[in-house]
Amino acid sequence: MNLSAQWVAFSTIIRKEVHRFMRIWMQTLLPPAITMSLYFVIFGSLIGSRIGSMDGFSYMEFVVPGLIMMSVITNSYSNVVSSFYSAKFQRSVEEILVSPTPNYVILLGYVCGGVARGMTVGLIVTCMSLFFTDLQIYSLPIVISVVLLTSVLFSLAGFVNAVYANSFDDISIVPTFVLTPLTYLGGVFYSISLLSEFWRGVSMLNPVLYMVNAFRYGILGISDIDVTFAFVGVAIVVVILFSYSLHLLDSGKRLRA
Amino acid sequence: MTTSALTISNLRKTYAGTSGPGFEALKGISLEVEPGDFFALLGPNGAGKSTTIGVICSLVKKTSGAVSIFGKDIDRDQSGAKQQLGVVPQEFNFNQFERVQDIVINQAGYYGLPRELAGQRAEKYLKQLGLWEKRADAARMLSGGMKRRLMIARALVHEPRLLILDEPTAGVDIELRRSMWAFLQEINASGTTIILTTHYLEEAESLCRNVAIIDRGQIVENTSVKSLLKTLNRETFILDTREPIASCPKVAGYETVVVDDHCLEVEVDKGQSLNELFAGLSSIDIHVISMRNKANRLEELFVNLIDQHQATAATESKRVMS
Repeated sequence: MNLSAQWVAFSTIIRKEVHRFMRIWMQTLLPPAITMSLYFVIFGSLIGSRIGSMDGFSYMEFVVPGLIMMSVITNSYSNVVSSFYSAKFQRSVEEILVSPTPNYVILLGYVCGGVARGMTVGLIVTCMSLFFTDLQIYSLPIVISVVLLTSVLFSLAGFVNAVYANSFDDISIVPTFVLTPLTYLGGVFYSISLLSEFWRGVSMLNPVLYMVNAFRYGILGISDIDVTFAFVGVAIVVVILFSYSLHLLDSGKRLRA
Repeated sequence: MTTSALTISNLRKTYAGTSGPGFEALKGISLEVEPGDFFALLGPNGAGKSTTIGVICSLVKKTSGAVSIFGKDIDRDQSGAKQQLGVVPQEFNFNQFERVQDIVINQAGYYGLPRELAGQRAEKYLKQLGLWEKRADAARMLSGGMKRRLMIARALVHEPRLLILDEPTAGVDIELRRSMWAFLQEINASGTTIILTTHYLEEAESLCRNVAIIDRGQIVENTSVKSLLKTLNRETFILDTREPIASCPKVAGYETVVVDDHCLEVEVDKGQSLNELFAGLSSIDIHVISMRNKANRLEELFVNLIDQHQATAATESKRVMS
Protein backbone atom coordinates (compact mmCIF):
# COMPACT_ATOMS: atom_id res chain seq x y z
CA MET A 1 0.00 0.00 0.00
CA ASN A 2 1.61 3.25 -1.08
CA LEU A 3 1.82 6.34 1.12
CA SER A 4 -1.12 8.19 -0.41
CA ALA A 5 -3.33 5.11 0.01
CA GLN A 6 -2.15 4.83 3.63
CA TRP A 7 -3.08 8.47 4.15
CA VAL A 8 -6.58 7.75 2.80
CA ALA A 9 -6.92 4.80 5.20
CA PHE A 10 -5.65 6.89 8.12
CA SER A 11 -8.04 9.77 7.41
CA THR A 12 -10.91 7.27 7.00
CA ILE A 13 -10.31 5.90 10.50
CA ILE A 14 -10.09 9.39 12.02
CA ARG A 15 -13.22 10.56 10.20
CA LYS A 16 -15.08 7.49 11.40
CA GLU A 17 -13.89 8.00 14.98
CA VAL A 18 -14.76 11.69 15.07
CA HIS A 19 -18.13 10.99 13.50
CA ARG A 20 -18.76 8.33 16.16
CA PHE A 21 -18.17 10.56 19.17
CA MET A 22 -19.96 13.51 17.57
CA ARG A 23 -22.98 11.32 16.76
CA ILE A 24 -23.30 10.29 20.41
CA TRP A 25 -22.41 13.73 21.81
CA MET A 26 -24.95 13.29 24.61
CA GLN A 27 -22.76 10.48 25.93
CA THR A 28 -19.35 11.84 24.99
CA LEU A 29 -19.26 15.66 25.04
CA LEU A 30 -22.10 16.78 27.27
CA PRO A 31 -21.36 14.79 30.49
CA PRO A 32 -17.80 16.15 30.97
CA ALA A 33 -19.07 19.70 30.35
CA ILE A 34 -21.72 19.30 33.06
CA THR A 35 -19.45 17.45 35.52
CA MET A 36 -16.64 19.98 35.19
CA SER A 37 -19.05 22.89 35.56
CA LEU A 38 -20.19 21.37 38.85
CA TYR A 39 -16.56 21.06 39.94
CA PHE A 40 -16.02 24.72 39.07
CA VAL A 41 -19.13 25.77 41.02
CA ILE A 42 -18.52 23.60 44.10
CA PHE A 43 -14.73 23.51 44.45
CA GLY A 44 -14.00 26.80 42.81
CA SER A 45 -16.78 29.17 43.80
CA LEU A 46 -18.46 27.71 46.90
CA ILE A 47 -15.68 25.88 48.80
CA GLY A 48 -12.73 27.49 47.01
CA SER A 49 -13.46 30.96 48.35
CA ARG A 50 -13.02 29.57 51.92
CA ILE A 51 -9.83 27.68 51.10
CA GLY A 52 -7.90 30.78 50.16
CA SER A 53 -4.87 30.85 47.89
CA MET A 54 -2.80 27.89 46.71
CA ASP A 55 0.82 28.51 45.66
CA GLY A 56 -0.02 32.20 45.24
CA PHE A 57 -3.16 31.68 43.11
CA SER A 58 -6.85 31.63 44.00
CA TYR A 59 -8.14 28.09 44.48
CA MET A 60 -10.29 28.41 41.35
CA GLU A 61 -7.24 29.38 39.27
CA PHE A 62 -5.33 26.48 40.80
CA VAL A 63 -7.88 23.74 40.08
CA VAL A 64 -8.83 24.78 36.54
CA PRO A 65 -5.69 23.32 34.81
CA GLY A 66 -6.06 20.08 36.77
CA LEU A 67 -9.73 19.74 35.87
CA ILE A 68 -9.05 20.40 32.18
CA MET A 69 -6.31 17.77 32.24
CA MET A 70 -8.57 15.32 34.08
CA SER A 71 -11.21 15.56 31.35
CA VAL A 72 -8.59 15.18 28.61
CA ILE A 73 -7.18 12.03 30.27
CA THR A 74 -10.56 10.41 30.88
CA ASN A 75 -11.97 11.16 27.44
CA SER A 76 -8.91 10.16 25.42
CA TYR A 77 -8.83 6.84 27.24
CA SER A 78 -12.59 6.22 27.06
CA ASN A 79 -12.81 7.00 23.36
CA VAL A 80 -10.26 4.44 22.23
CA VAL A 81 -11.18 1.73 24.72
CA SER A 82 -14.89 1.89 23.97
CA SER A 83 -14.55 2.34 20.22
CA PHE A 84 -11.98 -0.40 19.64
CA TYR A 85 -13.62 -2.83 22.04
CA SER A 86 -17.03 -2.25 20.41
CA ALA A 87 -15.42 -2.94 17.03
CA LYS A 88 -14.00 -6.16 18.47
CA PHE A 89 -17.32 -7.09 20.09
CA GLN A 90 -19.34 -6.50 16.90
CA ARG A 91 -16.50 -7.99 14.84
CA SER A 92 -16.48 -4.87 12.67
CA VAL A 93 -12.76 -4.68 13.44
CA GLU A 94 -12.46 -7.44 10.81
CA GLU A 95 -13.32 -4.83 8.16
CA ILE A 96 -9.98 -3.19 8.76
CA LEU A 97 -8.02 -6.34 9.61
CA VAL A 98 -8.76 -7.93 6.22
CA SER A 99 -7.80 -4.73 4.41
CA PRO A 100 -4.24 -3.86 3.38
CA THR A 101 -4.12 -0.98 5.90
CA PRO A 102 -0.82 -1.39 7.81
CA ASN A 103 -1.07 -1.97 11.54
CA TYR A 104 0.71 1.26 12.43
CA VAL A 105 -1.87 3.21 10.43
CA ILE A 106 -4.69 1.43 12.29
CA LEU A 107 -3.06 2.30 15.62
CA LEU A 108 -2.37 5.92 14.65
CA GLY A 109 -5.94 6.30 13.40
CA TYR A 110 -7.50 5.11 16.64
CA VAL A 111 -5.05 7.12 18.76
CA CYS A 112 -5.76 10.29 16.78
CA GLY A 113 -9.49 9.62 17.26
CA GLY A 114 -8.87 9.49 21.03
CA VAL A 115 -6.78 12.67 20.87
CA ALA A 116 -9.52 14.39 18.87
CA ARG A 117 -12.08 13.63 21.56
CA GLY A 118 -9.68 14.51 24.40
CA MET A 119 -8.92 17.85 22.73
CA THR A 120 -12.56 18.59 21.96
CA VAL A 121 -13.61 17.94 25.55
CA GLY A 122 -10.55 19.85 26.85
CA LEU A 123 -11.59 22.82 24.73
CA ILE A 124 -15.20 22.65 25.94
CA VAL A 125 -14.07 22.49 29.60
CA THR A 126 -11.63 25.36 29.02
CA CYS A 127 -14.45 27.47 27.59
CA MET A 128 -16.67 26.56 30.58
CA SER A 129 -13.91 27.61 32.97
CA LEU A 130 -13.88 31.09 31.43
CA PHE A 131 -17.29 31.68 33.03
CA PHE A 132 -15.65 31.22 36.44
CA THR A 133 -12.13 32.65 36.13
CA ASP A 134 -9.79 34.55 33.86
CA LEU A 135 -7.44 32.07 32.27
CA GLN A 136 -3.98 33.43 31.54
CA ILE A 137 -1.53 31.22 29.77
CA TYR A 138 2.08 31.25 30.91
CA SER A 139 3.46 29.21 27.99
CA LEU A 140 1.24 28.14 25.07
CA PRO A 141 3.81 25.70 23.58
CA ILE A 142 4.05 23.87 26.92
CA VAL A 143 0.27 23.78 27.29
CA ILE A 144 -0.24 22.34 23.80
CA SER A 145 2.63 19.85 23.93
CA VAL A 146 1.70 18.52 27.40
CA VAL A 147 -1.94 18.11 26.58
CA LEU A 148 -1.11 16.40 23.27
CA LEU A 149 1.41 14.00 24.78
CA THR A 150 -0.93 13.15 27.66
CA SER A 151 -3.82 12.57 25.29
CA VAL A 152 -1.68 10.30 23.10
CA LEU A 153 -0.47 8.37 26.15
CA PHE A 154 -3.96 7.67 27.48
CA SER A 155 -5.32 6.87 24.03
CA LEU A 156 -2.61 4.22 23.70
CA ALA A 157 -3.40 2.90 27.18
CA GLY A 158 -7.06 2.69 26.17
CA PHE A 159 -6.06 0.73 23.07
CA VAL A 160 -4.11 -1.83 25.11
CA ASN A 161 -7.08 -2.18 27.48
CA ALA A 162 -9.44 -2.73 24.53
CA VAL A 163 -7.24 -5.45 23.02
CA TYR A 164 -7.14 -7.40 26.28
CA ALA A 165 -10.80 -6.81 27.25
CA ASN A 166 -13.14 -9.76 27.01
CA SER A 167 -16.28 -7.99 28.15
CA PHE A 168 -17.70 -4.52 28.64
CA ASP A 169 -16.90 -4.92 32.37
CA ASP A 170 -13.22 -5.17 31.47
CA ILE A 171 -13.24 -1.78 29.78
CA SER A 172 -14.64 -0.02 32.86
CA ILE A 173 -12.34 -1.64 35.43
CA VAL A 174 -9.24 0.40 34.58
CA PRO A 175 -11.01 3.78 34.38
CA THR A 176 -12.87 3.14 37.66
CA PHE A 177 -10.22 1.48 39.78
CA VAL A 178 -6.99 2.86 38.32
CA LEU A 179 -7.52 6.04 36.35
CA THR A 180 -9.93 7.83 38.70
CA PRO A 181 -7.86 7.30 41.89
CA LEU A 182 -4.64 8.28 40.10
CA THR A 183 -6.27 11.43 38.75
CA TYR A 184 -7.88 12.48 42.04
CA LEU A 185 -4.60 11.87 43.87
CA GLY A 186 -2.54 13.40 41.07
CA GLY A 187 -2.49 16.97 42.33
CA VAL A 188 -5.66 18.10 40.56
CA PHE A 189 -7.20 19.56 43.73
CA TYR A 190 -4.13 20.28 45.87
CA SER A 191 -0.45 21.00 45.79
CA ILE A 192 1.68 18.13 47.08
CA SER A 193 3.64 20.69 49.08
CA LEU A 194 0.70 20.48 51.53
CA LEU A 195 1.39 16.78 52.15
CA SER A 196 3.73 15.20 54.69
CA GLU A 197 7.08 14.06 53.35
CA PHE A 198 5.97 10.42 53.21
CA TRP A 199 2.80 11.08 51.23
CA ARG A 200 4.67 13.54 49.02
CA GLY A 201 7.06 10.69 48.19
CA VAL A 202 4.16 8.36 47.48
CA SER A 203 2.53 10.99 45.26
CA MET A 204 5.73 11.28 43.25
CA LEU A 205 5.11 7.70 42.08
CA ASN A 206 1.84 8.76 40.48
CA PRO A 207 2.40 9.41 36.74
CA VAL A 208 -0.69 11.61 36.47
CA LEU A 209 0.91 14.09 38.93
CA TYR A 210 3.60 14.90 36.35
CA MET A 211 1.14 15.55 33.56
CA VAL A 212 -1.18 17.68 35.69
CA ASN A 213 1.72 19.72 37.06
CA ALA A 214 3.37 20.19 33.67
CA PHE A 215 0.05 21.43 32.30
CA ARG A 216 -0.46 23.71 35.31
CA TYR A 217 3.02 25.04 34.73
CA GLY A 218 2.06 25.91 31.16
CA ILE A 219 -0.95 27.88 32.39
CA LEU A 220 0.11 29.34 35.75
CA GLY A 221 3.88 28.99 35.67
CA ILE A 222 3.98 26.95 38.91
CA SER A 223 4.73 23.27 39.40
CA ASP A 224 5.45 20.77 42.19
CA ILE A 225 7.77 18.79 39.94
CA ASP A 226 10.52 19.26 37.36
CA VAL A 227 8.67 19.95 34.08
CA THR A 228 11.53 18.68 31.88
CA PHE A 229 11.48 15.39 33.77
CA ALA A 230 7.71 15.21 33.23
CA PHE A 231 8.11 15.72 29.46
CA VAL A 232 10.83 13.10 29.14
CA GLY A 233 8.90 10.62 31.31
CA VAL A 234 5.67 11.01 29.36
CA ALA A 235 7.49 10.78 26.02
CA ILE A 236 9.23 7.55 27.09
CA VAL A 237 5.94 5.99 28.22
CA VAL A 238 4.33 7.01 24.91
CA VAL A 239 7.11 5.26 22.96
CA ILE A 240 6.81 2.13 25.12
CA LEU A 241 3.02 2.00 24.84
CA PHE A 242 3.10 2.64 21.08
CA SER A 243 5.61 -0.17 20.54
CA TYR A 244 3.61 -2.54 22.71
CA SER A 245 0.30 -1.69 21.01
CA LEU A 246 1.90 -2.25 17.61
CA HIS A 247 3.27 -5.57 18.82
CA LEU A 248 -0.25 -6.57 19.91
CA LEU A 249 -1.61 -5.75 16.45
CA ASP A 250 1.26 -7.48 14.64
CA SER A 251 0.91 -10.63 16.72
CA GLY A 252 -2.88 -10.54 16.36
CA LYS A 253 -3.33 -11.09 20.07
CA ARG A 254 -7.05 -11.45 20.87
CA LEU A 255 -7.81 -10.24 17.35
CA ARG A 256 -6.87 -13.15 15.10
CA ALA A 257 -7.59 -16.79 15.91
CA MET B 1 1.41 -19.30 -18.00
CA THR B 2 -1.47 -17.73 -16.06
CA THR B 3 -1.12 -17.24 -12.32
CA SER B 4 -3.68 -19.07 -10.20
CA ALA B 5 -6.26 -16.93 -8.46
CA LEU B 6 -5.64 -18.90 -5.29
CA THR B 7 -2.95 -21.40 -4.41
CA ILE B 8 -3.00 -23.22 -1.10
CA SER B 9 -0.12 -25.58 -0.34
CA ASN B 10 -0.09 -28.03 2.54
CA LEU B 11 -2.04 -25.70 4.81
CA ARG B 12 -2.28 -26.71 8.44
CA LYS B 13 -4.03 -25.07 11.33
CA THR B 14 -4.12 -26.29 14.91
CA TYR B 15 -6.15 -24.31 17.42
CA ALA B 16 -4.47 -24.28 20.82
CA GLY B 17 -6.42 -26.21 23.43
CA THR B 18 -6.89 -24.96 27.00
CA SER B 19 -5.30 -28.24 28.03
CA GLY B 20 -3.91 -30.92 25.78
CA PRO B 21 -2.67 -30.88 22.22
CA GLY B 22 -5.34 -28.63 20.70
CA PHE B 23 -7.62 -29.18 17.73
CA GLU B 24 -6.23 -29.73 14.25
CA ALA B 25 -8.75 -27.98 12.01
CA LEU B 26 -6.75 -28.22 8.76
CA LYS B 27 -4.54 -31.24 8.08
CA GLY B 28 -2.37 -30.12 5.19
CA ILE B 29 -4.82 -29.09 2.51
CA SER B 30 -3.72 -28.07 -0.97
CA LEU B 31 -5.94 -26.36 -3.48
CA GLU B 32 -5.69 -24.36 -6.67
CA VAL B 33 -8.37 -22.08 -8.10
CA GLU B 34 -7.98 -20.78 -11.64
CA PRO B 35 -8.64 -17.14 -12.58
CA GLY B 36 -12.24 -16.53 -13.58
CA ASP B 37 -13.47 -19.71 -11.93
CA PHE B 38 -16.68 -20.02 -9.93
CA PHE B 39 -15.51 -22.47 -7.31
CA ALA B 40 -17.45 -24.25 -4.56
CA LEU B 41 -15.84 -25.22 -1.27
CA LEU B 42 -18.20 -27.67 0.33
CA GLY B 43 -18.13 -29.60 3.56
CA PRO B 44 -20.18 -30.43 6.63
CA ASN B 45 -20.20 -28.14 9.66
CA GLY B 46 -16.81 -28.04 11.35
CA ALA B 47 -15.03 -29.45 8.28
CA GLY B 48 -12.59 -26.54 8.06
CA LYS B 49 -14.17 -24.30 5.40
CA SER B 50 -14.34 -21.15 7.54
CA THR B 51 -10.86 -21.79 8.94
CA THR B 52 -9.52 -22.00 5.38
CA ILE B 53 -11.23 -18.73 4.48
CA GLY B 54 -10.00 -17.19 7.76
CA VAL B 55 -6.41 -18.04 6.85
CA ILE B 56 -6.79 -16.69 3.30
CA CYS B 57 -8.07 -13.34 4.57
CA SER B 58 -5.58 -13.30 7.50
CA LEU B 59 -8.12 -13.44 10.32
CA VAL B 60 -6.79 -16.86 11.31
CA LYS B 61 -3.07 -17.49 11.84
CA LYS B 62 -1.97 -20.62 10.01
CA THR B 63 0.23 -23.18 11.72
CA SER B 64 2.14 -24.01 8.52
CA GLY B 65 1.79 -24.08 4.75
CA ALA B 66 1.54 -21.38 2.14
CA VAL B 67 -1.25 -19.34 0.57
CA SER B 68 -0.98 -16.97 -2.34
CA ILE B 69 -3.59 -14.86 -4.07
CA PHE B 70 -2.86 -14.10 -7.72
CA GLY B 71 0.77 -14.99 -7.05
CA LYS B 72 1.09 -12.77 -3.98
CA ASP B 73 2.09 -14.73 -0.91
CA ILE B 74 0.08 -13.76 2.20
CA ASP B 75 3.27 -13.82 4.32
CA ARG B 76 5.73 -12.09 2.01
CA ASP B 77 3.35 -9.60 0.36
CA GLN B 78 0.39 -9.43 2.67
CA SER B 79 -0.71 -5.99 1.51
CA GLY B 80 -0.58 -7.02 -2.16
CA ALA B 81 -2.49 -10.23 -1.44
CA LYS B 82 -5.17 -8.43 0.57
CA GLN B 83 -5.65 -5.88 -2.20
CA GLN B 84 -6.77 -8.70 -4.54
CA LEU B 85 -9.29 -10.13 -2.10
CA GLY B 86 -12.87 -9.37 -1.05
CA VAL B 87 -14.54 -11.42 1.68
CA VAL B 88 -18.18 -11.87 2.61
CA PRO B 89 -18.16 -13.66 5.97
CA GLN B 90 -20.80 -15.95 7.38
CA GLU B 91 -21.68 -13.71 10.35
CA PHE B 92 -22.64 -10.05 10.16
CA ASN B 93 -19.48 -8.14 10.99
CA PHE B 94 -20.25 -4.48 10.51
CA ASN B 95 -21.05 -1.75 13.00
CA GLN B 96 -24.81 -2.00 13.42
CA PHE B 97 -25.04 1.70 14.31
CA GLU B 98 -23.26 3.01 11.22
CA ARG B 99 -25.12 4.13 8.14
CA VAL B 100 -25.22 1.72 5.20
CA GLN B 101 -23.40 4.11 2.86
CA ASP B 102 -20.74 4.92 5.46
CA ILE B 103 -19.94 1.24 5.95
CA VAL B 104 -19.23 0.79 2.25
CA ILE B 105 -17.36 4.08 1.82
CA ASN B 106 -15.19 3.47 4.89
CA GLN B 107 -14.29 0.02 3.62
CA ALA B 108 -13.14 1.60 0.36
CA GLY B 109 -11.04 4.00 2.44
CA TYR B 110 -9.26 1.09 4.16
CA TYR B 111 -8.17 -0.01 0.68
CA GLY B 112 -6.87 3.46 -0.09
CA LEU B 113 -9.64 4.55 -2.48
CA PRO B 114 -10.04 8.34 -2.47
CA ARG B 115 -13.30 9.58 -0.97
CA GLU B 116 -14.88 10.67 -4.27
CA LEU B 117 -14.20 7.36 -6.00
CA ALA B 118 -15.35 5.51 -2.88
CA GLY B 119 -18.65 7.40 -3.03
CA GLN B 120 -19.14 6.51 -6.71
CA ARG B 121 -18.36 2.83 -6.12
CA ALA B 122 -20.64 2.71 -3.06
CA GLU B 123 -23.47 4.14 -5.17
CA LYS B 124 -22.79 1.65 -7.99
CA TYR B 125 -22.84 -1.45 -5.78
CA LEU B 126 -25.59 -0.32 -3.42
CA LYS B 127 -27.77 0.33 -6.48
CA GLN B 128 -26.89 -3.02 -8.06
CA LEU B 129 -27.76 -4.80 -4.84
CA GLY B 130 -30.98 -2.84 -4.28
CA LEU B 131 -29.80 -1.00 -1.18
CA TRP B 132 -29.47 2.54 -2.49
CA GLU B 133 -32.81 3.59 -0.98
CA LYS B 134 -31.54 2.41 2.40
CA ARG B 135 -28.18 4.19 2.20
CA ALA B 136 -28.92 6.67 4.98
CA ASP B 137 -30.34 4.06 7.38
CA ALA B 138 -28.38 2.55 10.25
CA ALA B 139 -27.31 -0.98 9.35
CA ARG B 140 -29.29 -2.43 12.25
CA MET B 141 -32.52 -1.32 10.55
CA LEU B 142 -31.94 -3.63 7.57
CA SER B 143 -33.55 -7.04 7.17
CA GLY B 144 -31.36 -10.18 7.23
CA GLY B 145 -31.27 -10.42 3.43
CA MET B 146 -30.35 -6.76 3.11
CA LYS B 147 -27.54 -7.16 5.63
CA ARG B 148 -26.11 -10.00 3.52
CA ARG B 149 -26.30 -7.82 0.41
CA LEU B 150 -24.63 -4.99 2.31
CA MET B 151 -21.71 -7.29 3.08
CA ILE B 152 -21.45 -8.18 -0.62
CA ALA B 153 -21.43 -4.48 -1.61
CA ARG B 154 -18.78 -3.83 1.03
CA ALA B 155 -16.61 -6.70 -0.23
CA LEU B 156 -16.86 -5.48 -3.82
CA VAL B 157 -16.23 -1.78 -3.30
CA HIS B 158 -12.48 -2.05 -3.98
CA GLU B 159 -13.23 -4.33 -6.96
CA PRO B 160 -11.21 -7.37 -5.89
CA ARG B 161 -10.06 -9.99 -8.40
CA LEU B 162 -10.99 -12.78 -5.98
CA LEU B 163 -14.26 -12.74 -4.07
CA ILE B 164 -14.87 -15.28 -1.29
CA LEU B 165 -18.39 -15.76 0.00
CA ASP B 166 -18.92 -17.84 3.12
CA GLU B 167 -22.54 -19.03 2.98
CA PRO B 168 -23.86 -15.80 1.48
CA THR B 169 -27.42 -17.02 1.06
CA ALA B 170 -27.90 -18.61 4.49
CA GLY B 171 -31.33 -17.64 5.78
CA VAL B 172 -32.24 -15.77 2.60
CA ASP B 173 -35.61 -16.45 0.97
CA ILE B 174 -35.68 -18.25 -2.38
CA GLU B 175 -36.56 -15.20 -4.49
CA LEU B 176 -33.76 -13.13 -3.04
CA ARG B 177 -31.38 -16.09 -3.25
CA ARG B 178 -32.02 -16.37 -6.97
CA SER B 179 -31.48 -12.65 -7.50
CA MET B 180 -28.18 -12.94 -5.59
CA TRP B 181 -27.18 -15.88 -7.82
CA ALA B 182 -27.86 -13.76 -10.91
CA PHE B 183 -25.78 -10.93 -9.48
CA LEU B 184 -22.88 -13.25 -8.61
CA GLN B 185 -22.97 -14.80 -12.10
CA GLU B 186 -22.79 -11.30 -13.55
CA ILE B 187 -19.79 -10.42 -11.35
CA ASN B 188 -18.11 -13.70 -12.33
CA ALA B 189 -18.79 -13.08 -16.02
CA SER B 190 -17.07 -9.70 -15.71
CA GLY B 191 -13.88 -11.52 -14.66
CA THR B 192 -14.01 -11.80 -10.87
CA THR B 193 -13.00 -15.20 -9.55
CA ILE B 194 -15.51 -16.42 -6.97
CA ILE B 195 -15.14 -18.99 -4.23
CA LEU B 196 -18.35 -19.97 -2.52
CA THR B 197 -19.13 -22.07 0.51
CA THR B 198 -22.70 -23.11 0.90
CA HIS B 199 -24.97 -25.71 2.44
CA TYR B 200 -27.39 -25.39 -0.47
CA LEU B 201 -25.89 -27.86 -2.90
CA GLU B 202 -28.38 -26.82 -5.55
CA GLU B 203 -26.64 -23.44 -5.36
CA ALA B 204 -23.21 -24.98 -5.93
CA GLU B 205 -24.52 -27.12 -8.79
CA SER B 206 -26.18 -24.17 -10.51
CA LEU B 207 -23.38 -21.66 -10.08
CA CYS B 208 -20.03 -23.40 -9.81
CA ARG B 209 -17.77 -24.97 -12.41
CA ASN B 210 -15.34 -26.59 -9.99
CA VAL B 211 -15.72 -27.97 -6.53
CA ALA B 212 -13.62 -29.10 -3.58
CA ILE B 213 -15.14 -31.11 -0.76
CA ILE B 214 -13.49 -30.81 2.62
CA ASP B 215 -14.11 -33.04 5.61
CA ARG B 216 -12.34 -33.11 8.97
CA GLY B 217 -9.63 -30.78 7.70
CA GLN B 218 -8.84 -32.77 4.55
CA ILE B 219 -9.80 -32.32 0.91
CA VAL B 220 -11.69 -35.48 -0.05
CA GLU B 221 -12.57 -34.42 -3.61
CA ASN B 222 -11.38 -31.68 -5.93
CA THR B 223 -12.72 -31.73 -9.45
CA SER B 224 -15.15 -30.09 -11.85
CA VAL B 225 -18.84 -30.21 -10.97
CA LYS B 226 -19.49 -31.99 -14.30
CA SER B 227 -16.95 -34.74 -13.63
CA LEU B 228 -18.24 -35.17 -10.12
CA LEU B 229 -21.81 -35.55 -11.31
CA LYS B 230 -20.69 -38.17 -13.84
CA THR B 231 -19.53 -40.35 -10.96
CA LEU B 232 -23.06 -40.52 -9.61
CA ASN B 233 -24.00 -44.19 -10.12
CA ARG B 234 -27.50 -44.13 -8.83
CA GLU B 235 -30.26 -41.55 -8.58
CA THR B 236 -33.49 -41.63 -6.66
CA PHE B 237 -36.59 -40.27 -8.37
CA ILE B 238 -39.95 -39.38 -6.89
CA LEU B 239 -42.84 -40.18 -9.23
CA ASP B 240 -46.33 -38.76 -8.80
CA THR B 241 -48.97 -41.10 -10.24
CA ARG B 242 -52.44 -40.44 -11.64
CA GLU B 243 -54.01 -43.55 -10.16
CA PRO B 244 -53.81 -44.54 -6.50
CA ILE B 245 -51.23 -47.24 -5.82
CA ALA B 246 -52.68 -50.25 -4.03
CA SER B 247 -49.45 -52.14 -3.43
CA CYS B 248 -45.76 -51.74 -4.17
CA PRO B 249 -45.42 -52.20 -7.97
CA LYS B 250 -42.79 -54.59 -9.23
CA VAL B 251 -40.83 -53.47 -12.30
CA ALA B 252 -37.96 -55.74 -13.27
CA GLY B 253 -34.55 -54.18 -12.59
CA TYR B 254 -35.86 -51.26 -10.52
CA GLU B 255 -36.25 -50.88 -6.76
CA THR B 256 -39.50 -49.16 -5.88
CA VAL B 257 -40.92 -47.92 -2.59
CA VAL B 258 -44.42 -46.52 -2.02
CA VAL B 259 -44.28 -43.12 -0.36
CA ASP B 260 -48.06 -42.60 -0.27
CA ASP B 261 -51.06 -43.64 -2.38
CA HIS B 262 -50.08 -41.31 -5.25
CA CYS B 263 -46.34 -41.29 -4.88
CA LEU B 264 -43.51 -43.74 -5.64
CA GLU B 265 -39.79 -43.63 -4.97
CA VAL B 266 -37.60 -45.41 -7.55
CA GLU B 267 -33.86 -46.12 -7.57
CA VAL B 268 -32.36 -45.83 -11.06
CA ASP B 269 -28.82 -46.97 -11.77
CA LYS B 270 -26.55 -45.11 -14.17
CA GLY B 271 -27.20 -46.58 -17.61
CA GLN B 272 -30.70 -47.78 -16.86
CA SER B 273 -33.39 -46.35 -19.12
CA LEU B 274 -36.24 -44.29 -17.74
CA ASN B 275 -38.33 -45.31 -20.77
CA GLU B 276 -38.21 -48.93 -19.61
CA LEU B 277 -39.30 -47.87 -16.17
CA PHE B 278 -42.27 -45.91 -17.53
CA ALA B 279 -43.17 -48.76 -19.88
CA GLY B 280 -43.06 -51.20 -16.95
CA LEU B 281 -45.27 -48.99 -14.83
CA SER B 282 -47.75 -48.41 -17.72
CA SER B 283 -48.05 -52.15 -18.22
CA ILE B 284 -49.45 -52.43 -14.68
CA ASP B 285 -51.71 -49.39 -15.17
CA ILE B 286 -49.65 -46.89 -13.24
CA HIS B 287 -49.32 -43.61 -15.12
CA VAL B 288 -46.71 -41.09 -14.07
CA ILE B 289 -47.86 -37.45 -14.17
CA SER B 290 -44.69 -35.82 -12.83
CA MET B 291 -41.23 -36.72 -11.58
CA ARG B 292 -38.35 -35.09 -9.71
CA ASN B 293 -35.06 -35.99 -8.09
CA LYS B 294 -35.44 -36.98 -4.44
CA ALA B 295 -32.32 -35.02 -3.58
CA ASN B 296 -30.12 -32.68 -5.53
CA ARG B 297 -27.60 -34.77 -7.52
CA LEU B 298 -24.62 -33.01 -5.97
CA GLU B 299 -26.17 -33.49 -2.57
CA GLU B 300 -26.28 -37.26 -3.09
CA LEU B 301 -22.63 -37.30 -4.10
CA PHE B 302 -21.70 -35.04 -1.24
CA VAL B 303 -23.40 -37.27 1.31
CA ASN B 304 -21.78 -40.38 -0.22
CA LEU B 305 -18.31 -38.87 -0.20
CA ILE B 306 -18.57 -37.61 3.36
CA ASP B 307 -19.97 -40.96 4.55
CA GLN B 308 -17.13 -42.84 2.82
CA HIS B 309 -14.50 -40.49 4.25
CA GLN B 310 -15.90 -40.69 7.74
CA ALA B 311 -16.13 -44.49 7.56
CA THR B 312 -12.49 -44.64 6.41
CA ALA B 313 -11.47 -42.26 9.19
CA ALA B 314 -13.31 -44.37 11.79
CA THR B 315 -11.66 -47.60 10.53
CA GLU B 316 -8.26 -45.92 10.56
CA SER B 317 -8.86 -44.64 14.07
CA LYS B 318 -9.87 -48.15 15.28
CA ARG B 319 -6.75 -49.64 13.67
CA VAL B 320 -4.52 -47.08 15.41
CA MET B 321 -6.27 -47.67 18.77
CA SER B 322 -5.79 -51.43 18.51
